[in-house]
Amino acid sequence: MRAASVALARRALRNSLRRPQFLAPLVLFPTLFLAVNVGGLEQTTSLEGFPRVDGFLDFQLAAAITQSLLLGGVSAGIAAALDIEGGFFDRLVACPTPRLAIVLGRVLAASVIAALQVVYFLVVGMIFGASIQGGVVGVLSVLAIGIVAGTGFGALGVMIALRARSASTVQGIFPLVFVILFVSSAFFPANLLSSPADVVAAYNPLSYIAEGMRQPIAFGNALRPLLEGLAAAAAVALAATGLAVLSLRGRLRQA
Amino acid sequence: MRDDLRTIGALMRRGLNEILRVPAGAIPGVLAPTIFMLGLSAAFAEAARLPGFSADDFRTFIVPVGMLQGAGFTGAATGINLARDIEQGWFDRLMLAPAKRPVLLAGVVGSACLRCLLPASFLLIVAFGLGVSWPGVGALALAALLIMGLAAAAACYATVLALRFRTQQAAPLMQVGTFVAVLFTTAYVPRELLADWLRAIADVNPVTHVLEGVRQGFVGDVTWAATWPALLALAGLVAVFGALAVRGMRRQGF
Repeated sequence: MRAASVALARRALRNSLRRPQFLAPLVLFPTLFLAVNVGGLEQTTSLEGFPRVDGFLDFQLAAAITQSLLLGGVSAGIAAALDIEGGFFDRLVACPTPRLAIVLGRVLAASVIAALQVVYFLVVGMIFGASIQGGVVGVLSVLAIGIVAGTGFGALGVMIALRARSASTVQGIFPLVFVILFVSSAFFPANLLSSPADVVAAYNPLSYIAEGMRQPIAFGNALRPLLEGLAAAAAVALAATGLAVLSLRGRLRQA
Repeated sequence: MRDDLRTIGALMRRGLNEILRVPAGAIPGVLAPTIFMLGLSAAFAEAARLPGFSADDFRTFIVPVGMLQGAGFTGAATGINLARDIEQGWFDRLMLAPAKRPVLLAGVVGSACLRCLLPASFLLIVAFGLGVSWPGVGALALAALLIMGLAAAAACYATVLALRFRTQQAAPLMQVGTFVAVLFTTAYVPRELLADWLRAIADVNPVTHVLEGVRQGFVGDVTWAATWPALLALAGLVAVFGALAVRGMRRQGF
């Protein structure tokens, strides 16, 4: 099963790299949004209750990474749906391929792309003046949370694709990405969110994922936010992969 | 002249029919500006406490941004639909018709002007329901005129790209163009509170004038001093992108 998963992951990565027009939006939109947020709202760091940071870019970088990873999940879902629409999925099922590898291959590819996304944003952030307070350990912490979260979002995308079987339907969840992200503390400190977003943010795993990555970037290494971020990302990854496997079984039963 | 108007009307009806025939395609475009407005106002509401912020609350300040985003998305969607028509061969048949190119463009762009009122109306209903103050009929009429103009400019821009690349894969280019044009303005805070680099971009971005023209009724009184720059900016945008789109149509080889 491992060989099949790796082979399918390599295929998925090759297809993504062959069509950079599908990969570019994953970093382009969050980069532009990051630029607008930082340029427009940098003075909000002087608000009472805002944590002490070197700059708003340091604070926003984790939000941009989280947003990009979510878009990566949408992209993985679209790619899986295109495989279903194009008939590749049916041919795969007709082969003696381990069923679990169909999901794991796509999820593995999502985790590799997630690593590239995290590295991209850390480099862009440093070019434009962000400082990683946690140093090398901080960078590794951000990478760890980002890769696990990206894996989970990829699995969520695959799960939706297996249920919807249509790329345009998966594309339709794009606005939802913003909804979930806005009701978290990814973009602004939890204590400064307006009600009811502050209440939802307390239960939103994206808050913990973003804050887990923000801690080493903006404030320095601390164990608790890192563990909370990793735990939230791992919970999303496990739950989403499990649901994707269940969706696959349901789809195979129907076939 | 009457034939031209009938052609424009038919193409506009075709564009509007897509809302009913492919609602799944239209819904994200209708919902996105409202989601964006709700999300931004939930996350950044405290920005209204900054000294020099020119509105009582952030939501009121951000509503016009959502209206312009809706217009931008609609314009981009018009280009994406045109690219689909090119891929499927419908556009080639259209170009064989004995109609002037500017007339065909007017039909495509005209549908965008009307369609952009849908996300704006939905956004306003939600915003007023959440307590955004009523700007008055005159201010709303001016806002509608300005967002229709921006949708026309965005549709012309997206048409240029659709005719150039002839594939729906150019969609991100169309969306990013309108996204940048609307957000690299005084979208979040008044000009004085922007970072220097963003203020420099906002100053030369014509959409800043359009945004301020739409916003004036929501945060104060409508004045001619804030209206004419918006109208002038729109006239310039439509003239430039409209001319490029007509040139693109004339180069289609028919």
